[in-house]
Amino acid sequence: MSNIRFEQVGQHFGDRSVLHDVNLNLTEHRIGIVGANGSGKSTLVRMINGLVTPSTGTVLVDGQNVARHARDVRRKVGFIFTNPDNQIVMPTVQEDVAFTLRRRGLSPAEVAERTAAALEQFGLSEHAEHPAHRLSGGQKQLLALAAVLVAQPATIVADEPTTLLDARNARRIGDLLQTLPQQVIVVTHHLHLVEEFDRVIVIDEGTVVADGAPAKTLAAYRTLLLA
Amino acid sequence: MTDNVRSSTPTRRILPARDLAQIAIFAALIAALGLAGPLNIGPVPITLQSLGVMFAGAILGPRKGSLAVLLFLVLTAVGLPLLAGARGGIGVFTVSPAAGYLYGWLLGAFVTGYLTARLLPKYPFWPALGATVLGGIAAVYLVGIPVMALNLGLPLWTTLGLNVAFIPGDLIKVVVTVLVARQVHKAYPGLIARPLKRRA
Amino acid sequence: MIGLYSPGTSVVHRAPTLLKLFLLSLCVLLIGTSPDPLVIGGAAASVGLLFLMARVPVRAAAAQVAPILLVLLVAVPIQGLLSGWTIAALMAGRLIVAVALAALFTMTTTVTAVLEAFQTLLHPFRRFIDADRVGLLVALTIRCIPLVADIVREVIEARTARGTQGSLQSIAVPVVVRSLYAADALGEALIARGLDD
Repeated sequence: MSNIRFEQVGQHFGDRSVLHDVNLNLTEHRIGIVGANGSGKSTLVRMINGLVTPSTGTVLVDGQNVARHARDVRRKVGFIFTNPDNQIVMPTVQEDVAFTLRRRGLSPAEVAERTAAALEQFGLSEHAEHPAHRLSGGQKQLLALAAVLVAQPATIVADEPTTLLDARNARRIGDLLQTLPQQVIVVTHHLHLVEEFDRVIVIDEGTVVADGAPAKTLAAYRTLLLA
Repeated sequence: MTDNVRSSTPTRRILPARDLAQIAIFAALIAALGLAGPLNIGPVPITLQSLGVMFAGAILGPRKGSLAVLLFLVLTAVGLPLLAGARGGIGVFTVSPAAGYLYGWLLGAFVTGYLTARLLPKYPFWPALGATVLGGIAAVYLVGIPVMALNLGLPLWTTLGLNVAFIPGDLIKVVVTVLVARQVHKAYPGLIARPLKRRA
Repeated sequence: MIGLYSPGTSVVHRAPTLLKLFLLSLCVLLIGTSPDPLVIGGAAASVGLLFLMARVPVRAAAAQVAPILLVLLVAVPIQGLLSGWTIAALMAGRLIVAVALAALFTMTTTVTAVLEAFQTLLHPFRRFIDADRVGLLVALTIRCIPLVADIVREVIEARTARGTQGSLQSIAVPVVVRSLYAADALGEALIARGLDD
């Protein structure tokens, strides 16, 4: 679990404002972030591990300024992207999981052991030696998760992790995110995914418009969609 | 988690990682174009692979473009059958008559990229065509033909004559490259860093 | 990463990669500079023997050597007319032997082994070339080949679905632009996954 703080965060490209006046303190176990396309929610979560640096304001993870300590923060915050195809960087399933660990200065034996354990946990052991591109969409997202979780981050940020999956695989990934011991921050259009979460934040036109228990905020979001 | 005192990477490093990915993607593009097999335009079979090499220079510029070609060549040299016709291995780089073309590709991507960088952001058609002919054809043949003459033990002029048949196909590729590069640079500006020295 | 490698347990397969590379260069140098038909004939016989020992599939071997024969079909007559048939025959013999030997090396050495040998050879230049980065880039590219192939397939399918056949250009532009977006996403993932750690 991490303590994530947004202080007066704003983001603009040229004169186009993407985010403004964002003040958040994220400490809950499971946090959902919803909003229309282009509302700025993807930009918001990318600030948590320094993939995007805010134009104004600061993002702090456990008191560390992300803009200045991106490397340390990334070790705590794992990121899952929408399209797992773009997250897989190595040819085979096993090599891809090992990639995360090889850059952490572990011994080859330790890397092999932890890789095997992660593949086992996600039911990918039989595919260990296979080319990653031959996996199904759902399996690819499982691989992406395995490759992030193998490094034991304190927080997982997922940007629309189920958008490209079929209903069955979407539920599977959703259930998995639901049961992780890590802090989980999920951006999604699949509202049912976050219905049981501790907190849901609604973003609209670059700022927070609703924040709190899912029952309340999701209702506000549905009204917003109809408006 | 303990706080780490050591100062860590600023996010500006996003560029090298993206460059790395662009280089790998273009090396893969050159390979994928070779897997597609030759395309018959009239009587001349055209392999799309050298089109990929011209793309690399004209779209990624001199540094990233020639690195992409180099990376593709390394993959081929270590034994992946990625050259058109599923060939590969160290033979094609040394004793094969066409070995010089592979080194020529490297020079060609650099020359195309170097000249293209000077034509952006306007990228006018005729100068761009000239730049791509110089890099994509002249530079490639400049290395390719002498090596072929050497490896076949033939006189230079004879070898040059043998290669004339490929020029029409190469010219088509140059035109395609310029038309594609022009649209790509419009859709995705900033791919090639502008040269530092510029006329006042 | 199978590539052109043809699995086996022969002496040719098991010999150290750097030794094989060294012998290969030596042999190519020898036949390339010797004007003696006996040397080339001897080399041809030895290479034939090595092929028998390695038991690589004949068809796969032929596929690597065949393109040279096509070139020779044109080059040998020209050479014969210009400088005599003995010289033409010697040139052809040299080339076939050298290409066959190089193909044998590639077919009996795994991609990983060749990569490791290259990294060893690059060692003296480690101040200029980061062998780990090279290894990473090679792996990343192998990963990207199916990714780009998918993009090409999808773009062509989209064209066909719209009923437009499309010029080379109208296919190439979306392929390149989508590939660049994929590169952006991959770059982001590399950072998120600790590339610069």
